[in-house]
Amino acid sequence: MKEIVIVSGKGGTGKTSVAASLVALAESTVVADCDVDAADLHLVLKPQIKKTEDFTGGKSARIVPGKCNNCGKCHEICRFNAVIKDESKQPAYFIDHIACEGCGVCSYFCPEKAIDFEPSVNGQWFVSDTRYGSMVHARLGIAEENSGKLVSLVRSQARMLAEKDNLPYIIVDGPPGIGCPVISSITGADAVLIVTEPTVSGAHDLERVADLAGHFKIPTFLCVNKFDLNPETAKNIEEKAETRGITVVGRIRYDRAVTEAQIKGLPVVAFPDSNVAKDMRTIWENLERELN
Amino acid sequence: MAINLTVAVASGKGGTGKTTVSVNLACVAAATGYKAAYVDCDVEEPNGHLFLKPRIRRRYPVNVPVPVIDTGKCVACGACGEICQYSAILCINKSVLTFEKMCHGCGGCQLVCPAAAITEKGREIGFVEEGEAGEISFAHGKLNIGEAMSPPLIKAVRSAGQNNSLNIVDAPPGTSCPVITAIRGVDFVILVTEPTPFGLNDLGLALDMIKELGIPHAVVVNKSDPDNNLARDFCREKEVKLLVEIPDDRRIAEAYSRGQLAFSAAPGYRGVFEDLLISIMKEARR
Repeated sequence: MKEIVIVSGKGGTGKTSVAASLVALAESTVVADCDVDAADLHLVLKPQIKKTEDFTGGKSARIVPGKCNNCGKCHEICRFNAVIKDESKQPAYFIDHIACEGCGVCSYFCPEKAIDFEPSVNGQWFVSDTRYGSMVHARLGIAEENSGKLVSLVRSQARMLAEKDNLPYIIVDGPPGIGCPVISSITGADAVLIVTEPTVSGAHDLERVADLAGHFKIPTFLCVNKFDLNPETAKNIEEKAETRGITVVGRIRYDRAVTEAQIKGLPVVAFPDSNVAKDMRTIWENLERELN
Repeated sequence: MAINLTVAVASGKGGTGKTTVSVNLACVAAATGYKAAYVDCDVEEPNGHLFLKPRIRRRYPVNVPVPVIDTGKCVACGACGEICQYSAILCINKSVLTFEKMCHGCGGCQLVCPAAAITEKGREIGFVEEGEAGEISFAHGKLNIGEAMSPPLIKAVRSAGQNNSLNIVDAPPGTSCPVITAIRGVDFVILVTEPTPFGLNDLGLALDMIKELGIPHAVVVNKSDPDNNLARDFCREKEVKLLVEIPDDRRIAEAYSRGQLAFSAAPGYRGVFEDLLISIMKEARR
């Protein structure tokens, strides 16, 4: 079984459109949407949710009004400025749940044992059916933390499903950037497919996400989306990628069919005669050959 | 002109045009005579410098505190491992191991240690660069590769903003910790979207986040098309103000691909950003 993670560094280069098309082309896959704080893959794969579970990513602190004697110890030791002082209130301290990092230091050292520190629900995750197979996806709660942990959970559930049905591929739609949720999305994966665009930002961000994939020693592949927007930059990006050992698996033409498919709620390969569908098929064929 | 205002540009979905709006706005503000500062808080993938081409005057590392164990004093009681919520410190077989990249720097282990065997050192997670691009003050941060936690660096970049200026904060995409750290405490947020199902789904998530934070906000639609009402209808339904629309024009996309400002490629668009500046000033003063 091969787990392929689609990332980009820069946001909005077309990760989700590529992921949806590869899922449709691969036929026997489990798909995981690991962009848990701005998930979009469900808009084109239309999952029927079969199972919903709460995600408990960490603990959060809460001052119990009747027990607090306003000593201020919590305010003094919290390093995240998450204990707010308001002397017009009783108690005069409360926890700013957005700033709280869930370290529990306030609760541990409260002399009155007046701070509860309990597991908190930070989101939900789902197992669904799509017309292309099973999908694991999630929704991080509003202004919640622990996206890395939720990503790990989504990936492990997808792996369990793929192992159970003995499927050859897991396709993961990853988040943008190079930080916590991206690291959680790619560690231990079999391949990273970088989707970039021929812009100065796309080229710049590709370098950083390629460095990250290299840092974890994961085989890396590249496709340049909307390459005809600036063919010269596209070519430079491909040449640079190849010198660092990244295999170029294809180019995608700029095509309005991508947005039209999105509006219809379908992967773009559902329009097989479009240029972009042809390009997606080439990418999948090349990727499949490289991986086997 | 004297002004003291911080405006963040955020989006939910990546690639909708946060950097395009931020840098063009900074340029228009400076040309209008405001003291302007561009503050790039997308420390994972900063791009503003590619367009503003700043002269960097100062570069400094940003550190987070991590524990250092004095093995001579350690009594291997395990209290540090018990208090740590992040599996960043463990006591096994009478010795203490630390995992620095897991550490959030809460200081709990140091406080709980009965033998005073724990001190702290700084661990670098990235750096900040400050300078100027013409009349515009510039600051951005770069997270080191392989580093998971960006919020401490984002905070450091935020504090490099200028007093008595119009600070434009270019936020990272998403709706979780990095963007929240970038926009908390700003005076106004511009949410940039595009009129597609993905753009609007993520705008909805970003609106939920921003309501939770309680910051005044409005929307800019990028890659807009006169015949596509998706974003206009969405804003009306959600009762959020739509400030300006930036047309879906290949000239803007090509200028962006080369690292040029939108209105240097298509001077007609200067007016769009001037209108945006005026409407932000009006909204922010309410």
